[in-house]
Amino acid sequence: MSKSRFVVARTSDVAPGTSHRVSAGGRDIALFNLSGDYFALGDRCPHESGSLCAGKIVGFAEADEPGHYRIVRDGEFVRCPWHGWEFDIRTGKSWCDPEKSRVRAYQTGIASGSDLAEGPYVAETFKVSVEENYIVVEI
Amino acid sequence: MSMDLLDPRERRKAGGALQGLGVVDCDIHPQFATPGEIHDFLPERWRDYVRAYGGFYRQPLADTLAHPRMAPDVARGDAWPPNGAPPGGDLAFMQAQHLDANNVDHGMLMPLNRGPGNQRNLEYGAALATAVNDWQIACWVERDPRLHASIVCTQEHAPFAIAEIERCANDPRFSQIMLPPKSLEPLGRRKYWPIYEAAQAHDLPIALHVGGVNGYSPTGSGWPSYYIEEQHTNVQGMQGLITSMVIEGVFEQFPKLKVVLVEGGVAWAPALKWRLDKHWKRLKSEAPHLKRLPSEYIRDHFWFTTQPLDEPPDDADLLETFELVGLDRIMFSTDYPHWDFDEPSFVAAKLRIGPEKLRAIMSGNARELYGLS
Repeated sequence: MSKSRFVVARTSDVAPGTSHRVSAGGRDIALFNLSGDYFALGDRCPHESGSLCAGKIVGFAEADEPGHYRIVRDGEFVRCPWHGWEFDIRTGKSWCDPEKSRVRAYQTGIASGSDLAEGPYVAETFKVSVEENYIVVEI
Repeated sequence: MSMDLLDPRERRKAGGALQGLGVVDCDIHPQFATPGEIHDFLPERWRDYVRAYGGFYRQPLADTLAHPRMAPDVARGDAWPPNGAPPGGDLAFMQAQHLDANNVDHGMLMPLNRGPGNQRNLEYGAALATAVNDWQIACWVERDPRLHASIVCTQEHAPFAIAEIERCANDPRFSQIMLPPKSLEPLGRRKYWPIYEAAQAHDLPIALHVGGVNGYSPTGSGWPSYYIEEQHTNVQGMQGLITSMVIEGVFEQFPKLKVVLVEGGVAWAPALKWRLDKHWKRLKSEAPHLKRLPSEYIRDHFWFTTQPLDEPPDDADLLETFELVGLDRIMFSTDYPHWDFDEPSFVAAKLRIGPEKLRAIMSGNARELYGLS
């Protein structure tokens, strides 16, 4: 099945370091803004279905041995609000079990309102205006 | 797909099996909407007292636990009501997020608030127990009859505890008596027997929800360094109290007593039974008041709640272990609004059992135990 591209939010809806929940193509999607790069994950934790949009955005504590700790990649993980499972916002992969456990990650892009007025996009939730930039998700 | 994750197809199937089935949630935590809400339920003497002095636990800290938790208020990150109440402190939000959304027919309230049984000032503890019991009725059960109250009492002082139990026991809005497993002595000791006598006389189960503040370190050799360690001491605590109640002869004295272990896990129970039986066969001359194998007392007198669900890598191991415990002794619970909440379709999907057994665990066993419709 070919993918559709959905206009899901204005770029201004998702401030850096925050998340924003949208629906597109019948799916709930969590949008994230990492310093101006936008990422989209399915908004259901694969464990018990907690909403990742309600989770904290965190870094990861790492240790090579007991007693030596550091935070790495601060702000690049989302922690499920229920049981604290952590997912890499860039890839959807679980930190504990990245090969087997992941949340669905969607391709995102930014498009200007003037592009969208002509392009093959689906805007489910609002009308686009040529003055703004929009986040587009491929599903 | 990793085995410890849910297969979406299993999840959908489980959701289907739960269609139309109203579940019974054996562990719901109501919270005061504001810290002062409970003061309206205290007599003037104790309202003044608590404003002037506050409570005194059996530890250096008041109104909190000795160990930091996983999350603020131990709560799910999404369980903070928009009206500013703490998690579990707003009935309308609880209804929308949990009772209605998860098709809960009956919910057993487990009020941990202020720990009346942990207060060093006994008279204040007794007044607080009365207040918490009246608050459950006025603010929760009367507003939503799906909810059922648990009688809290001052377990370390039997006369006050019995007075409170007698005050509430004939009110059908109370379904059980709730005690903290972290008591001053192991719960099989004689000082607690009057409570068991009253429970048996009124046919009320005793619910033992993990926790309590007794001032002792949770392990036999001191304080754990990590929450993950501390959390596991709930299992050791449950094993200790089952052992104490069985070996001290509680169930010889009170053969109709029913005990519900809440939030202490399930999967360890078969190993405890095997080990106690083995020891008893060699050491029974020490406890000749016991007429049956320890495992038989456990099988007859203890009920277990599911949350936090044991999650072995292979789901089939979970069902096999539950069968060893007894599928008629396991009851669904969520722990709402706490962070380690279990959602009904998750538990159903992990169990992978037929509809009849699934109904028993999610609903039927609790309905039978508590006499619910």
